[in-house]
Amino acid sequence: MSLTNDIIKTKLIEKFGDQLTGFEEPYGMLTFEAPKELNLKVLNFLFDDEVLKFRFMTDLCGVHFPDNKGKELGVVYHLHNLVDNVRIRFKVFTDINTPDIFTATGLFSSANWQERETYDFYGINFIGHPNLKRILNVDEMDYFPLRKEYPLEDQSRTDKDDEMFGRGGTIGFGTEKTQHGTIAESEKHNEGQEIV
Amino acid sequence: MSEQHIRLPEGSIEKTTTTLNLGPTHPATHGVFQNILELDGERIVSADQTVGYIHRAFEKIAERRPLYQITPLTDRLNYCSAPLNNMGWHMTCEKLLGVKTPKRVDYLRVIIMELARISDHLICNSIVGVDSGAYTGFLYVMQYRELIYEIYEEICGSRLTTNIGRIGGFERNFNDIAFQKINKFLDEYPAVLKEFENLFTRNRIFMERTIGAGPISADRALNYGFTGPNLRAAGVDYDVRIQNPYSSYEDFEFTIPVGTTGDCYDRFLVRNEEMWQSLSLIKQAMQKLEQFKGAEAEIYHADVPEYYLPKKKDVYTKMEALIWHFKIIMGEIDMPKGEVYHSIEGANGEVGYYFISDGGRAPYRLHFRRPCFIYYQAYSELTKDAMLSDAIIVMSSLNLIAGEMDA
Repeated sequence: MSLTNDIIKTKLIEKFGDQLTGFEEPYGMLTFEAPKELNLKVLNFLFDDEVLKFRFMTDLCGVHFPDNKGKELGVVYHLHNLVDNVRIRFKVFTDINTPDIFTATGLFSSANWQERETYDFYGINFIGHPNLKRILNVDEMDYFPLRKEYPLEDQSRTDKDDEMFGRGGTIGFGTEKTQHGTIAESEKHNEGQEIV
Repeated sequence: MSEQHIRLPEGSIEKTTTTLNLGPTHPATHGVFQNILELDGERIVSADQTVGYIHRAFEKIAERRPLYQITPLTDRLNYCSAPLNNMGWHMTCEKLLGVKTPKRVDYLRVIIMELARISDHLICNSIVGVDSGAYTGFLYVMQYRELIYEIYEEICGSRLTTNIGRIGGFERNFNDIAFQKINKFLDEYPAVLKEFENLFTRNRIFMERTIGAGPISADRALNYGFTGPNLRAAGVDYDVRIQNPYSSYEDFEFTIPVGTTGDCYDRFLVRNEEMWQSLSLIKQAMQKLEQFKGAEAEIYHADVPEYYLPKKKDVYTKMEALIWHFKIIMGEIDMPKGEVYHSIEGANGEVGYYFISDGGRAPYRLHFRRPCFIYYQAYSELTKDAMLSDAIIVMSSLNLIAGEMDA
C-alpha cells in the first residue's frame, strides 16, 4: 500500500490533534502549518514513524508576510519520503519581534547552512543552532534583506544620474522630460484620473 | 598592516598546526569560495568553508521581475549547465500556470537537458583529472563541449548563459544545422568518451589518487541532503527523472548508475556512466522526434498567448499579437495565486524552485534549492584526516560551482 496524503494527514491529526492547521494540497503536495513550539516534535514524528519515514530534507527556506500580524515570519520545510516517494511541505510561523524557532540541525545535518541562510535573509533565530551567523551576506550587515520592508529600487527613479543605463540622463527611453518630470513620473502624477 | 589582514589569535605562535587559506581565489578552487584548513603537517585537522563571495541576491531581484525576466537569473546558478536551470524554471512556471506542453517540446527539451548534463559532467570529470595531474583529458574533451555550445548557439543564439526556451516551449524550432550538429555529436562523442575513460578509469595513478578520497556513507549523504551523482556514488538510486518524471522522461529507457563507497573514484565513475546514459537518451529522443510528420513536426511551443511571445512578424501585422507582445514585455499579466515546488535533476542534483505567487505580476517569494550549497556543508566531514592534495580533488569531484552556491 502506498502512502497517500490522506494517510499522512490522519496520522498527523491522530498524533497532534487540532494543533496542526491549514491542511491544503496545492499541486498535489500536502501542506500544513504547525505552531512554532511544535516544529521539532512534528519533524521528529515524521522522521521516526515507521509508516511516514520522512527522512530527507529537501529544502528549508524563510518567507515574510508583513500583513500577517503576530505570524510575520515563516519557515517552510520540504520533506521527502524517498521510499514511498511522497513529498510534503510544512510551515511554522513566528512573530517578527521574537523570531525564535528551534533548530532542525540535530535531525538533519543539511539544515545547518540552510538555517544560516534563512537567518541571514530573514533574521529568524534558530535556537540551538551550532553556528548561527551570516553566510551569504557580509558579517557587518545590520538588517535582513529579504524582508518585505526593503523593497527593490523603483526602476523609474530619476534622482540618480546614470546616463549609461538609461535613467537620469538627457537621452534615453522613458527619461524624456515632460512638464511633470519624466514620463514615468508624470504617469504617477496622473494616477486616479480617468483615461478617456 | 592593519589588524584586519593578519589575525594572530591568542596562542597562535606556540600552536603546532598550520592554518592555510585555500581560496577565495586559489587556482585549485575553480570558483570563488574559501576553505580555511587547519593542517598538521600535510594532514587536515579541520576545514571551515566560507561562501558568499559572488552572492547576487537573485531571490530578491526575482520579487520584482515578470517570469520571463527570471530565466536569465537561473542561467547564472550553475553556469556549467545553464539550460537545465532554464528548463527547470520554465517547467515550474508551467506547473503554476497549468500549461501542458506538447510531446515534441518535451523531447526537444530532453535533448537540450541531456546535452547540458553531458557538458557539465564532462567538465567536472576532466577537472578531477587536472587536479590529479592529468591535463590531457581536459583539453581533449573541451572541443566536444565546444560542439555542445555550438548546438545551443543554433537554438538560442548564446553559449554559456543560454536563456534558452520560453514558458511553453522554445523560441524557435530547431533548424537543420542544429539537428546536423546533434547528429555529429552523437556520432563522434562515444569514441571520445571511450578514449577519455581509457585514459582514466583503469589508470593506476588516477585510481590510487581517487579511491578512498573523500568517502561518505549513504546514511550521512542523505542526512547532508546530497542529491545527484554525489548521492548515487554513495549507493542511493535517487534520481528525480525516475522518482518524479517531468518533460516526458517516463517515455525513455535509461538506467541509474550507483556507486558503493561515495569516494572521488565512485563519483567519477557515476558521472561517466551518466554521460553514456545521456547519450542514449538523446538518441532515443531523436528517434521519437522522427515520428512527428508534417504540421506536427513544426510544433515547438504550447499555445500560451499570455506568456509566450508572439512572432515578430505577427506583432507588426496583427492587433492581438501586438497586445500580447506589449503585455508580456511590460510584465502586465497577473499570475494565478498559489504555491508550487518543482524540481528537476540538475547536473549536481535536485534543482528545486519553490515559488509562492500572491496573484501579482512577479513572484511573492522565489527560493532556489541549489544542490551545491547544500552538499558543500559536508566538505569538512569529507576531508577530515585527509591529505591536503585530497582536499583539492574532493572539491573538484563534488563539482562545486560558486554560482550555484551563492545564488
